[in-house]
Amino acid sequence: MSFMEFINFHLVPGIVLGSVYAVGAIGITLVFGILRFAHFAHGDMATLGAFIALALVTAGLTPWAALPVAMAAVAVVAIVVDKLFYDYLKARPKIMTVMASLGVALMLRAVVQVVFGVDPRTYATGIVRPDDYFGILLRDRELYTLAAVVLIVIGLTLFLRHSRWGKAMRAMSDNPDLARLSGVDNRKVTMLTWAIVGALCAASGFMLGINNELHSMMGWQVLLPMFAAAILGGVGRVEGAVLGGLIVGIAEEMSIFILPAQYKAATAFVLLLLILLVRPRGLLNGKVL
Amino acid sequence: MDLLGLANYAVFMAILIGIYALLALGLNIQWGFTGLFNAGIAGFFAVGAYTSAILTSLPASGRLGGYELPLVVGWLASMVAAAAIAWPIGKICLRFRSDYLAIATIGIAEIIRLVIRTEGWLTGGVRGVTGIPRPFGDLDYMPSQIAYLAIVATLVLVAYLLVERQVKAPWGRMMRAIRDNELAAAAMGKQVEARRLQAFVFGSALMGLAGALFVHFNRSVTPEAIDPMIATFLIWIMLILGGSGNNRGAILGAAVIWIIWSVSELLTDRLPTEIAVQAKYARVFIIGLTLQLVLRFRPEGILPERQAGSPPHR
Repeated sequence: MSFMEFINFHLVPGIVLGSVYAVGAIGITLVFGILRFAHFAHGDMATLGAFIALALVTAGLTPWAALPVAMAAVAVVAIVVDKLFYDYLKARPKIMTVMASLGVALMLRAVVQVVFGVDPRTYATGIVRPDDYFGILLRDRELYTLAAVVLIVIGLTLFLRHSRWGKAMRAMSDNPDLARLSGVDNRKVTMLTWAIVGALCAASGFMLGINNELHSMMGWQVLLPMFAAAILGGVGRVEGAVLGGLIVGIAEEMSIFILPAQYKAATAFVLLLLILLVRPRGLLNGKVL
Repeated sequence: MDLLGLANYAVFMAILIGIYALLALGLNIQWGFTGLFNAGIAGFFAVGAYTSAILTSLPASGRLGGYELPLVVGWLASMVAAAAIAWPIGKICLRFRSDYLAIATIGIAEIIRLVIRTEGWLTGGVRGVTGIPRPFGDLDYMPSQIAYLAIVATLVLVAYLLVERQVKAPWGRMMRAIRDNELAAAAMGKQVEARRLQAFVFGSALMGLAGALFVHFNRSVTPEAIDPMIATFLIWIMLILGGSGNNRGAILGAAVIWIIWSVSELLTDRLPTEIAVQAKYARVFIIGLTLQLVLRFRPEGILPERQAGSPPHR
């Protein structure tokens, strides 16, 4: 295998997959860091976003135009889910919210299955030939995916660093009581967090769908890699989630050199156990709950 | 449906309720008394199922097994195997909050599923394992069903009594202390991690045994026999609705939820085919919603946990 083959057939797909994981992992890390629980409905929220985009595409929109609409829709869904199913558990041990989120995962998936069925779907049919960029083969959709991920990460980082509400989110992540004392409205920050997390879910689901296919289990199947990415990078750290996502994505694509292809999905699990064993705070020093 | 058919169905249901009751008891040790979130129950169940199946089944070409060992060996081995999988996971994850255990158990259940599908030499791949003996299996249908029900009921009773005894013992008090206030328990010199690991391993062993009982009842096992997420979730609802921290509640919850689940399946099967598929998933939606409703309106379950030193009703 030549070097270019290695890049085109393993590294590039790994980076594309990894950046999709990164978008999902940022959402997980925000919930984990700010609201302090593991959100198991994350994957199925991504599935919902992907299918909402599919409905819009069927209605005549182009896929990339459907993305922002789907992001807005899932942002609303996430806020509603929080109000209905998570908010009242605030005073109880956080693990109860984890359980509720598992129930929400099942419910969201059932909704997708009832409305859209269980057969695999795609946004567009037909084979797309990759273009050649100095020997690196990239399809348009892969290029757009990478560009969208970069935009999302830069936008979110700027928002968290410099805007008032972003600072409030970080304050709540560091110390919710102290944040409240300093005048941060925890309820509003929670709502804002869910809106961002919902939008990120939809984006990751959509990108997963456009680079592959859509099916009702797609989100559940990427939940573990996304969690592995979030913990690997350090819980609560956006840049950590990006790093973790890329590592998990590339590791999954490389795993075929040492593991049978069927066990690709086990890579994330191994990475997760390794990081918990060696450095539970993650590569970039996140939180440990 | 005539009377005999009804009786047959009742016995069939009772056997499955017994198997689910064992699973709920296992989860009660982990969640009810210790506060550990196991989201991979189906994985431990499957390990127990396949272990006993491989050890006791008739020989078959193309896969390991056919040792035709006695059933008791298979059942004990299924408990040991499930415990052996639980131990390293617990060892790594129980240092942290239970969220991490939940993530890792989802992962291990997924990997167990991959192994079962992929490693045909071990598990028969998608064809599964057949020719699994059943105790009193050569009797007529009805006596054989009743004999099996007796075995399952005995095992549930034994498990119930053993767990009850353990929970009333100082061990149980210590576990609840760890669950309710980890720091205080640690300050009193309790070894929090080691105790949690015990509970996690014991509970998983019971889940493995339930898996073994399940395959000997069906006489075969395939990867499709258990939908991982739905099986795990049903057991969670059984425990939460019945009353976590109360063993009788766990058994009651298993009976109530399994009856509702099966009867709703009978109903949806009668629907016209166009909407039958939708109805199948609508049922899943409803069990998800049931959990939310129980958590919201009756979080202590039907039979709440008894508080030491106070009368059983609060």
